[in-house]
Amino acid sequence: MSATAKTLDKLIKKDYAPGFVTDLEADTLPPGLNEDVIRAISAKKNEPEFMLEWRLEAYRHWLNMEEPTWAFVHYGPVDYQAISYYSAPKSQEQPKSLDEVDPKLLETYNKLGIPLYEQERLAGVAIDAVFDSVSVATTFKEKLAAAGVIFCSMSEAIQNHPDLVRQYLGSVVPPGDNFFAALNSAVFSDGSFVYIPKGVRCPMELSTYFRINAAKTGQFERTLIIAEDSSYVSYLEGCTAPMRDENQLHAAVVELVALDNAEIKYSTVQNWYPGDEEGRGGIYNFVTKRGDCRGRKSKISWTQVETGSAITWKYPSCILRGDESVGEFYSVAVTNHCQQADTGTKMIHLGKNTRSTIISKGISAGRAQNSYRGLVKILKSAENARNYTQCDSLLIGDRCGAHTFPYIEVKQPTAQVEHEASTSKISEDQLFFCMQRGLSAEDAVSMIVNGFCKQVFKELPMEFAVEAQALLGISLEGSVG
Amino acid sequence: MLKIENLHVRVDDKPILKGISLDIRPGEVHAIMGPNGSGKSTLSHVLAGRAGYEVTDGTVSYLGRNLLEMKPEERAREGVFLAFQYPVEIAGVSNIYLLKAALNAIRKHRGLSEVDAMDFLKLVKEKIKAVNLDEQFLYRGVNEGFSGGEKKRNEILQMAVLEPSLCILDETDSGLDIDALKLVADGVNALRSADRSFILVTHYQRLLNYIKPDQVHVLAHGRIMKSGDASLALELEKKGYGWVDQLTSAGA
Repeated sequence: MSATAKTLDKLIKKDYAPGFVTDLEADTLPPGLNEDVIRAISAKKNEPEFMLEWRLEAYRHWLNMEEPTWAFVHYGPVDYQAISYYSAPKSQEQPKSLDEVDPKLLETYNKLGIPLYEQERLAGVAIDAVFDSVSVATTFKEKLAAAGVIFCSMSEAIQNHPDLVRQYLGSVVPPGDNFFAALNSAVFSDGSFVYIPKGVRCPMELSTYFRINAAKTGQFERTLIIAEDSSYVSYLEGCTAPMRDENQLHAAVVELVALDNAEIKYSTVQNWYPGDEEGRGGIYNFVTKRGDCRGRKSKISWTQVETGSAITWKYPSCILRGDESVGEFYSVAVTNHCQQADTGTKMIHLGKNTRSTIISKGISAGRAQNSYRGLVKILKSAENARNYTQCDSLLIGDRCGAHTFPYIEVKQPTAQVEHEASTSKISEDQLFFCMQRGLSAEDAVSMIVNGFCKQVFKELPMEFAVEAQALLGISLEGSVG
Repeated sequence: MLKIENLHVRVDDKPILKGISLDIRPGEVHAIMGPNGSGKSTLSHVLAGRAGYEVTDGTVSYLGRNLLEMKPEERAREGVFLAFQYPVEIAGVSNIYLLKAALNAIRKHRGLSEVDAMDFLKLVKEKIKAVNLDEQFLYRGVNEGFSGGEKKRNEILQMAVLEPSLCILDETDSGLDIDALKLVADGVNALRSADRSFILVTHYQRLLNYIKPDQVHVLAHGRIMKSGDASLALELEKKGYGWVDQLTSAGA
């Protein structure tokens, strides 16, 4: 190993700053999954009958489904009976306002750099914070209400807006869509709900912060965003978890619905605990995210920066149903040490003149495996549909892997589909050049990687872009080799 | 400034430099000439601290410190600058970003605050004019899609902005047409000062028509065969490198 390689190697060794545990009394269901557990979750949430039925139907569906094995990731069998499907901080049953939120929880979010207090107005971001299974605080409620925007936890939405929930929940990702979505539909405990009325441009960025705290629990949150005609919303999502030796399951579902001329911008910075250098522990992140461009000229844009999780299985997709609707997917996926990611998108073109753009940047270091998997499907009805796909991979060191699995199905002769792909490696020449100009190896790698990801970072809202860049540096620390 | 004594270097167990000694004082320009494979580039790389070179004997002291013990970035921050023979491309990292990061790394090392954004822009715009590159090159990826000549001028730009104490130019003149060569030479001449030294590594004499060296050393087979003043370069040009082979030991 050359000297540069050694520096690179050192770079990979790195601490996970959000890896602390908050000591809270929790109300946790015993491990195991059966109809009684689902009834218990539904009862705890005081849900209407239709929700319980919906959950049970999903559960029965799930029992007959098999865990998918087609992704390019390898892990031991998950024992679904060993997981607890509900955990809530005890003091936290029904906070009416931030003043009632347990100070320990607020402290946790402060440590993570998430300002929950409304006096942090400068941030200009309304936040819903989900701690283990329940939502603990939603800020800026009044200001949003004045604009007619509903931003609350999913539990509250089920109580207060049952008709909207009933109309839209599962309309994009049906309960039996896939193994993990079915599981989520059966046991989801909370999540965020957003409704933007007709003609409203949401006055601020909305954000949810997910935190897994309790041991041996899974997190199954469900997010639903509905943008009525000619409305706009930008939504951010962040996530962290403590460092634990066992693997923890995170199976979320996100559904977006954009009606005529509506636009939804959904950004994620995912930093679940990735496990240690030897691949012990870490989150299994098995997530279904899908947006439905239901209306004419609607637009859904996914931007994700994935740096965490032991295993990522995630394909934020767009169904371009409305004529002239637009789907976008911008992704940076970083894997280091023993992390595995199989991530990408699906763009399903149904409407005429629909357009989609896919920009994917995969970075692999250590012994990690990083795969891009994408489907571009253009149906017969999608006249003049267009897609542009660019997927680039960057390798750091010589023990990691980058893979690309593009699927293109075109049934409409007027369609135009472009696919560009590249694989490159941070070379010793580049590193030495930067070091000869006075930069440390760490800074050089960080600079080169940030340059590689620039196209995606510029899609992120400003405050998130800064966070993403910093996170990238941390994730790759000790990665040069 | 720089004192090299009896430097022996191996690459993959093969001896490349077999006892080089040089004494470069502040303000001096030394040209190192030699045929391909004589060890010229090895010398540049060893001075800059590139990995893969094994120093088996000898010492190098730079401003009174043991240069060989310093990490590459530390050498750079202490004022050692290498203009590369083949500057690498770094896609997506803008030239101006690299320049600023490098300048700030050097300033930080010296206990100075980060450079003010406006002052920096002013400085860079002034320096880029001197190497006759358009300002748009500042915002392009480092050397990304640059022509050979543009890459070399970009190296001189970095040198001008970072203001090093010891500038090593590794065959900066190779592949340049006469206009680009003049620009590079002008850039170097503009930087010449009483406390800055230069090592010009070159295959050809023509660069020395524009930059007048204080000393010329002829390197062959890993040894300095002959040293002299600027006229040695002309003599070498006339007689060719074959003449050097007939010399048996380091002269002058």
